[in-house]
Amino acid sequence: MLDQANFLVPPIYYVALSGILFILGMVGVLLRRNAILIFMSVELMLNSANLAFVAFARSFLDVNGQVFVFFVMTVAAVEVAVGLALIVAIFRTRRSIDIDELHSMEG
Amino acid sequence: MQLPILESINLMAVLPVLIIAGWACVLLVFDLLIPRSRKHWTAWLALVGLLGAAVALFFQIGHFARLGSEAAFDGMVTVDGFSIFLQVVFVLTAIVGVLLALDYLPRHGIERGEYYVLLLFTTIGMMIMSMAADLIVVFVALELLSIPLYILSGFAGMRETSEEAALKYFLLGAFASSFLVYGIALTYGGTGTTRLTGIAQAVTSDALNLPLTTVGMGLLLVGLGFKVAAVPFHMWTPDVYQGAPTPVTAFMSVGAKAGGFAALIRVLVTAFPAIASEWGTLIAVIAGLTMLLGNIVAISQSNIKRMLAYSSIAHAGYILLAVAAAQRSENASFAIGAVVFYLLAYALTNLGAFTVAIAVERDDGTGTEIDDFAGLGKTRPWMALAMALFMLSLTGMPISGGLVGKVFVFQAALQAVPGDPLLLAVVIIGVLTSVVSAFYYLKVIMVMYMREGEGKAVLPLALKTVLAATAFGTLVLGIIPGPVFQMAQRAMLK
Repeated sequence: MLDQANFLVPPIYYVALSGILFILGMVGVLLRRNAILIFMSVELMLNSANLAFVAFARSFLDVNGQVFVFFVMTVAAVEVAVGLALIVAIFRTRRSIDIDELHSMEG
Repeated sequence: MQLPILESINLMAVLPVLIIAGWACVLLVFDLLIPRSRKHWTAWLALVGLLGAAVALFFQIGHFARLGSEAAFDGMVTVDGFSIFLQVVFVLTAIVGVLLALDYLPRHGIERGEYYVLLLFTTIGMMIMSMAADLIVVFVALELLSIPLYILSGFAGMRETSEEAALKYFLLGAFASSFLVYGIALTYGGTGTTRLTGIAQAVTSDALNLPLTTVGMGLLLVGLGFKVAAVPFHMWTPDVYQGAPTPVTAFMSVGAKAGGFAALIRVLVTAFPAIASEWGTLIAVIAGLTMLLGNIVAISQSNIKRMLAYSSIAHAGYILLAVAAAQRSENASFAIGAVVFYLLAYALTNLGAFTVAIAVERDDGTGTEIDDFAGLGKTRPWMALAMALFMLSLTGMPISGGLVGKVFVFQAALQAVPGDPLLLAVVIIGVLTSVVSAFYYLKVIMVMYMREGEGKAVLPLALKTVLAATAFGTLVLGIIPGPVFQMAQRAMLK
């Protein structure tokens, strides 16, 4: 369905790049131990999806994909607000945001 | 592009959502004027809003029974029997969520008006999720459901466990939503649309990019699997359920799960009927694993909230089995009926069980061990009896909604694809794990009746009401399930 003609850089390149960014973000979430860095990796994953949306929308000449990007950006902003507040609250009580130190519940 | 006109927006179809949304915004401002010592006024006002939505829903039931389904917002949402049935479940759960918090919050020194407002917002997310007809709506509704719940799980901020629960829930929840978003992006790339019916058309046409769509569907399943706590995306559940304030846990174990299942069914059944046998197989395998892990790990738990967390994982497995049974369109209405019936039965039973847990919990957040239930059979006979009923219902014993729900689920799975070895195997796993689950559910009953203990519990009027209502509902569903199941079956997608 992807139309490769009439584009200076074919859209599939953008999709491939978004895939790479998504995997980088995923690896970051799994390997990092600092809550802020994990959260930044999640943001990278969301933005890789945005890139894919825009690339697809361009190749379909369809506006829906671009509209979706606005929703994703808004939600990402909301998540930042809530997430940073939680991380600050944790840091105030424990003086650390290393997620390996979060183990007060076991079972 | 045509601009939407007022008729295509069809505000009347989403009236219950509008009532709660508007009321929540008003309440957010109004809460500022309520003095700190009178925050229970906010709770009662939130109840007024929920009751208003319940009245609107009541009128819609008759309306949609006659007319079938209606689209709103230019086809972005569909209101049909399925969404109305689930909206009733969500509004009831939210009412219980308010009542449970009424005494809990002041007792634990965390009474703030935001609790009730956030509860209303997350309820809206669940309601929209049940009527989503476009992947954009699925995503926005899922976030509207999740983000207030992240805050609510950290509501007992000065308790380390609550903070920790909130951060874990948040990080893993955001991780899962990024899978969902990327899955939507790939599905859009493969099919050229985000509309569920449009995807269904594209999947059968030649223009489809199948690899992209399949990977997209897989990523979508990861995102939604996280919300319903299916194995292997369940690891957040025990910590979050244990750490969050108990009314929040009660609300989220029912509402967020039902919301996740609503979206799962909408997406799979509406958008991907053409590759139904593929996702049917996948979901059936996940269902089997989820039942096994949930039930087996629950045996060794000593904390009631953690035990109920693993039990909620196990029940997600049973519901997933019914979702897998919806793969063939001839069987879909029975299977979806089984899902929503099970969700209702599980909602009543689980809310009841958590009500008892709240009554036993002490003001400093301790008293959540199963050993703390010792002696309740003598000191609080009625409450112990209700708890025994809930535990029996969760196990799936006669005269309880839990048994009927399980029977419907297994029946749906057996008649989905007659002679299919995989579904048969998962049904056998389901029956066997139900037997295993008797170990840990009956242990609670045994501790209440057989062991000596203080048996202390605080049971204010609000909790008594909830307890009586949920116990009554569980019994009704167990003794005369017919009418409700017929309604649930009629609740199928258009």
